[in-house]
Amino acid sequence: MPKEYMTIRDVIGPLLLVEKVTDVKYGELVELQFPDGSMGRGNVLEITKDTALIQSFEGTRGINTTQTRVRFVGKGMEVGVSKDILGRVFDGLGHTIDGGPEIIPEKRLSIYGEPMNPYARDYPEDFIQTGISAIDGLNPLVRGQKLPIFSGAGLPHPQVAAQIARQSRVLGKEEELAIVFCAMGITFEEAEYFISEFKRTAAIEKAVIFINLADDPAVERIATPRVALTTAEYLAYDLGMHVLVILTDMTYYCEALREVSAARKEVPGRRGYPGYLYTDLATIYERAGKIKDKKGSITQIPILSMPEDDKTHPIPDLTGYITEGQIILSRDLHRKGIYPPIDVLPSLSRLKEKGIGTGKTREDHSSVSNQLFAAYARGKEAKELAIILGEAALSDIDKKFAKFSEEFETRFIQQGGFENRTIEQTLDLGWELLSYLPKAELKRVSEEQIEKYMSRFVKEEAEEELEEVKA
Amino acid sequence: MEQGMISKVSGPLVVAEGLTNAKMYDLVRVGKERLMGEVIELRGKTASIQVYEETIGLGPGDPVYATGEALSVELGPGLLESIYDGVQRPLDVIRDKVGDFIARGVEAPGLDREKKWDFKPVAKVGDKVSTGDILGTVQETTIIEHKVMVPPDVEGELKEIYSGEFTVEEPIAILEKDGKKHEITMLQKWPVRCGRPYKKKTPPSVPLLSGQRVIDTFFPVAKGGTACVPGPFGSGKTVIQHQLAKWANAEIIIFIGCGERGNEMTDVLMEFPKLKDPYSGDPLMRRTVLIANTSNMPVAAREASVYTGITIGEYFRDMGYSVALQADSTSRWAEALREISGRLEEMPGEEGYPAYLGSRAAAFYERAGRTICLGKDEREGSLTVVGAVSPPGGDLSEPVTQNTLRIVKVFWGLEDQLAYQRHFPAINWLQSYSLYMNETEEYWTKEVDPEFKKLRADAMAILQREAELKEIVRLVGVEALSTNERILMETARSIREDFLQQNAFHEVDTFSSLKKQFLMLKTIMRFHDTALEAIEKGINIKDILDAPIREKISRAKFIKEEEIEKLEDLLKDISSQFKASRMGGE
Repeated sequence: MPKEYMTIRDVIGPLLLVEKVTDVKYGELVELQFPDGSMGRGNVLEITKDTALIQSFEGTRGINTTQTRVRFVGKGMEVGVSKDILGRVFDGLGHTIDGGPEIIPEKRLSIYGEPMNPYARDYPEDFIQTGISAIDGLNPLVRGQKLPIFSGAGLPHPQVAAQIARQSRVLGKEEELAIVFCAMGITFEEAEYFISEFKRTAAIEKAVIFINLADDPAVERIATPRVALTTAEYLAYDLGMHVLVILTDMTYYCEALREVSAARKEVPGRRGYPGYLYTDLATIYERAGKIKDKKGSITQIPILSMPEDDKTHPIPDLTGYITEGQIILSRDLHRKGIYPPIDVLPSLSRLKEKGIGTGKTREDHSSVSNQLFAAYARGKEAKELAIILGEAALSDIDKKFAKFSEEFETRFIQQGGFENRTIEQTLDLGWELLSYLPKAELKRVSEEQIEKYMSRFVKEEAEEELEEVKA
Repeated sequence: MEQGMISKVSGPLVVAEGLTNAKMYDLVRVGKERLMGEVIELRGKTASIQVYEETIGLGPGDPVYATGEALSVELGPGLLESIYDGVQRPLDVIRDKVGDFIARGVEAPGLDREKKWDFKPVAKVGDKVSTGDILGTVQETTIIEHKVMVPPDVEGELKEIYSGEFTVEEPIAILEKDGKKHEITMLQKWPVRCGRPYKKKTPPSVPLLSGQRVIDTFFPVAKGGTACVPGPFGSGKTVIQHQLAKWANAEIIIFIGCGERGNEMTDVLMEFPKLKDPYSGDPLMRRTVLIANTSNMPVAAREASVYTGITIGEYFRDMGYSVALQADSTSRWAEALREISGRLEEMPGEEGYPAYLGSRAAAFYERAGRTICLGKDEREGSLTVVGAVSPPGGDLSEPVTQNTLRIVKVFWGLEDQLAYQRHFPAINWLQSYSLYMNETEEYWTKEVDPEFKKLRADAMAILQREAELKEIVRLVGVEALSTNERILMETARSIREDFLQQNAFHEVDTFSSLKKQFLMLKTIMRFHDTALEAIEKGINIKDILDAPIREKISRAKFIKEEEIEKLEDLLKDISSQFKASRMGGE
């Protein structure tokens, strides 16, 4: 029988202090009955003798100390899962909100999960073709990876994420795919964009959607990603599906965490965020992965907006230390009208080496992407120099690199929102652009590769020049 | 044993009452599931305990059991090829017990109790033995012979010594002192927070070779020394750590994944058994111990993991081996300290880190060293410690980096700008330093070539000069440089691209022997000298820079170790090429 108390002593921000409780456990789920009869949920953050500190997921508006009932449920927070969750929409705590029938759970799982044994992990190495050259060619995504998108206010991260979700496939395989979409603190419009996008492509039937909007209680956001990932784990490891989890926007999640931490008067780390932000984020991101001898997998694409586009802000910074790379969107490219505005130089995919190459993509993938990176970096450097000194001050070679970097942005990075390039197209395009450069400068690719993949473009260019001369 | 009761639970911190005899850093068992914990503060009748497992579900009134022992690791045959969590529970055993996810309260001993090891005695009955003396050996893996030593604080006359197959708990010898008999097993326990004893420390002098050109040639670390690798995310800290673990010429590698990614540990686990040690030809895993406490595993165990690792390292050092320990990343360890300190409501120092961060870090690194071990044979062992640091935002002024730099002797500063250009390893050659240069020079002179010292100094001078010239170019353009300076700029580029850059994922480039490093640098510098000579003789700079031999120099890194004579040929070619062009000029 759950124990019920009416002994709230303090209400501080989202926190409640309840006295004279017995047999309460750390992390226990709490049900709150507000004076107006409405119900809420919370969990135990700290317990000292007979005093429990509770965070209320629904906020504390309307709570008083005399009439509010606090019921300790005797277990941690759980989410009910079954096959029928596919195609459904839930709130941030896992209640249905799409007007459909309640889910009859096949089983109930703790939302905190348990850490995956590193020994049981299978190394992610299946290349996912997203059809976006800047990702596939240079920062490829593999199945079981966690690859966040670092964005900023006003940048098209929803479009990029939706395009990835729409076009992703593992080459040569037809498998059961599912999408778990977890919205934390984003606007109705942004959430609606994703949902209508899923509906249009019929992905909605294989999607589970969790929505905590900007006007929903902030503290609820602390539970939302955990509810979503617990669901994803069920789909992946119980039902054997390949799950793509989109978490947006992690910045609002961290702010909710900060709110609770501040209310607890904890010693803050950087910028007021709690010292355990890294550990806390890790318990979310590390739930991506693959398990040996199990069919399913979880690939995560968390989206976060960098305050002031600052990559060193604690949220992107700590995220980058946990995730396996990052895709960074650039305001400069966006201003130039380039979509997707992916800034490839600081972007990175840590798992690419084992996901590409012979048998996965193409033998030249690794070298050609290294070469493109190096050439683009040098070209950008040359362009910066040209800004200060004027183009005339550049050496002939540097001029070529500058030209290359321009073409690279407008042809390789830029593509349509519905343009789905195969990996061959992406790599060939890369070679074509490299052919503008002198062969001796291409140090990252082997001569055989140049012969095999680039020679045909070189010829075309020579002809072009000839035509120009004629003209 | 004594039993207490929980009075408070706050994250990984539990406060208990009624543990009157508890000592600091005693191991306790918390709750009905008997979770592992350690006493970290005593206040009146209460003891604060950091719990090494998830504390959800614990509450006031739950029991706490004292054990009276300190948190210890088990030492003996069976350590190698293992993968442990932060408190030495074997992860493979845990998986067999509870499945793919780590459940709470699993108990698994660090060493296999069933497995029999073939013990070969070397000491004889009647020998007077004391701490550190070798009683016998066990072939633990094909490459490592485990030396079974007399445990610390034990001595006496050897009454009996056996030979044959034993488990780690069965006696292999019997000592007698003052009429008292003492059974000795292959299993020893040692508290992780104390350094193991040794006879004396000596200054490190031999370089730990890593096959990484920028490290071995420019910023070497000595065996028994300490180094740190700070860098922002994406700058390649982990790849450098992995490269060291793979190619370092230490006999034993301890790799601690402290609060890092699960997939990285999986990578090591899957790759090491396949990779061959360049020195012995056997799989790398046979000389490796892995400690994996990934970022999502309990935070207190992360704090313990570096101590677990270094104690195992010291144990192998005591056998007379050279041990290299990598801790990736010490920042996560510091964060664990901070989290626990915050829960204890201690007064924070900088950025919320506890005031004792510096002394804890120093005490950890100080356990490295080159030592004369205990034991009659006065064998020498070494323990090298390389710690990765993950400074927030890449800002090296933060407390963990600063406290580390104060102690370590080698600094490999990683830079994100280099990483963006895919210059890997992204070690900044102007910022980084090694205080073992003089010590290791002697080794280079003796083992490779006396010319090396000058070569290295010249190359570094060129890189320094390049940085200055770059400023000029940025202000007034390339034209402002003299031809000699332009040659220097090109040589600097060549040193950067053809020597410092090294592709960890290329099967040949991933490892360079000392000989190859020397010859590669020599070719670059030889070209520089001949180019300058040629300029003096009036040859056009364009002809020099367009010389086809330069492409050969840039591809020298892909020359296999077996074909190293190709590099010698290249050296000759450089001289002859310029003779030809000189003749053409005349």
